[in-house]
Amino acid sequence: MEKFRKLTSIVAPLDRANVDTDQIIPKQFLKRIERTGFGEFAFFDWRYLEDGVLNPDFILNEDRYLGANILAGGRNFGSGSSREHAPWALMEMGYKAIISTSFADIFRNNCMQNGLLPVILEEAEVDTIMARALRGTGYEVTVDLASQTVKDDLGLNADFDIDPFRKNSLMAGLDDVGVTMEFSKEIDLYEGSQTKRW
Amino acid sequence: MFEKIWARHIVAEPQDQPALIYIDLHLVHEVTSPQAFEALRLTNRKVRRPDLTISTVDHNLPTDDTRSEVIKDPIARIQVDTLRKNCEETGITLYDVDSKAQGIVHVIGPEQGYTQPGMTIVCGDSHTSTHGAFGSLAFGIGTSEVEHVLATQTLRQRKPQTMEVRFNGELKQGVTAKDMILAAIGKMGTAGGTGYVIEYTGAAIRGLDMAGRMTVCNMTIEAGARAGLIAPDETTFEWMRGRKFVPKGEKFDRAAEQWRALASDEDATFDTLIEIDCDDLEPFVTWGTNPGQVTRITDKVPSPEDFDDIADRSSAESALEYMGLKGGTAIEDIQIDRVFIGSCTNARIEDLRSASQIVKGRKVASSVRAQIMPGSTLTKLLAEKEGLDQIFMEAGFEWRESGCSMCLGMNPDILVPGERCASTSNRNFEGRQGKGGRTHLVSPEMAAAAAISGHFVDVRDWETE
Repeated sequence: MEKFRKLTSIVAPLDRANVDTDQIIPKQFLKRIERTGFGEFAFFDWRYLEDGVLNPDFILNEDRYLGANILAGGRNFGSGSSREHAPWALMEMGYKAIISTSFADIFRNNCMQNGLLPVILEEAEVDTIMARALRGTGYEVTVDLASQTVKDDLGLNADFDIDPFRKNSLMAGLDDVGVTMEFSKEIDLYEGSQTKRW
Repeated sequence: MFEKIWARHIVAEPQDQPALIYIDLHLVHEVTSPQAFEALRLTNRKVRRPDLTISTVDHNLPTDDTRSEVIKDPIARIQVDTLRKNCEETGITLYDVDSKAQGIVHVIGPEQGYTQPGMTIVCGDSHTSTHGAFGSLAFGIGTSEVEHVLATQTLRQRKPQTMEVRFNGELKQGVTAKDMILAAIGKMGTAGGTGYVIEYTGAAIRGLDMAGRMTVCNMTIEAGARAGLIAPDETTFEWMRGRKFVPKGEKFDRAAEQWRALASDEDATFDTLIEIDCDDLEPFVTWGTNPGQVTRITDKVPSPEDFDDIADRSSAESALEYMGLKGGTAIEDIQIDRVFIGSCTNARIEDLRSASQIVKGRKVASSVRAQIMPGSTLTKLLAEKEGLDQIFMEAGFEWRESGCSMCLGMNPDILVPGERCASTSNRNFEGRQGKGGRTHLVSPEMAAAAAISGHFVDVRDWETE
């Protein structure tokens, strides 16, 4: 997993509540057996017109948001299915951090397993970021995981919480399995204590 | 109850780390597992407990009768073949397409008796919450966590908060478990349960059969909570008795004694309480594009102006546009094109029996295409033994093979743009059943009645033979 430390990027705004994982990566693209190849299908129904041409009315297709590494979304982002293909697709689209007021539990977990940072801010702060990103071109914020802050050049200075274990894993680029493997003795002990129950 | 299950499964609680929780049962299907097995291979790790892992094919299987010979979609076929290969290499039991035990993973777990009270159960599927109906702690995980469980049989979890959702009173004829959970989601919203484990209590829960309890727990995730629990009782034990992997004879009695002890203490405390009165509950129908956008059958489609919150208003606006509906339309005036009775929410034998009562002696409206995909092959065979297939087919329903099918439309069963479907499934998201498809979530009885009438009707007024 790639390390996450500090990221400065323009912000792509997706001002919509309850963006679900069916929207992020529709089911017809879940048949791949690899972790890659999902990016071009992210937000498929919104992003493309019938003939496969980019939909000019979909905000993330606008030139001014191309190359953004930070996505700002509405509340309850990532609701629905447990498909990890959703964070995989978003990462291939270039996103490394998502800012919202709330995330669905499984999606948030899946993001952190992949080094995609979900940042939860206050509603007023997300509104500010969303408005500034919508207003002009080239609006940038800096997400600093070490200090747990999001800042811009216009005076925004927001703090966010994150589980210290997850923070450490993200900053070091560690995956959980490796960390847990160090507890194999405890797992053996637990299994040994579970004699036939009836 | 949650506290007891949690405490019994702690393997380690390292400082500054989430607890390591032991997993008693891991269910695997073709869509969310290939990358996990691949990662194990790349890191030279083994499946720690293939004996605690079972798998089946359900998500992308076609539901026509040629599927056991060949899956025509080459990418879906590779995915199914990959699961076969992974199970063979690792010694995991696979209920393949030609097995009687094949079916939707959350239908076959309980049906075969794998699901038991007090267990921890996970699966790379958000509707794993279904198994909570037996008093097991069950939740959906992503593919990285699937890999974690395969390798270590444990999961890293921060202890969630607890919420009690209490259903008081008694359901009236024609009102079902589906209406209870839709009412709850309507009240809480789709994120109301985020961060919680929900325990369902109250007289109306006690009055539900196991299929109804599974329906309630199944849709827990639609309220944002990963797991929903119902304390096991005699209804639970009677349903379980005699199933293949449930202990037998004296062992069963000893097990039941332990399971009884799991039930919630009278003085259990929860972080949050929500109460719902079931005495005046009606059948519910979703009108929008998330399960929280729901209302009563006797009600009207709301207008965006009815919502005070700005985000709710703009959600309603885009939902109505997508659904092709106008605020103020009576729910009963909504015409439908398709009916889907299926999914891990409502495709158990009990659901099929209830729907068949509505359908018996009637005909599907000429403008409607109605399909039934039983929850498992065993369910299908049992229904055929009871003659339900004949009732449905005589009425004009298509009687098909089991699988997730049109709940998520990964297989060839999908809506075409603009088609409107009365569906017994769990998600009415945009495009869920096919790009441009319009989904209304209802109970099996309501779906059956809509199939006959061509539009939504209040099933409480329905006369059965």
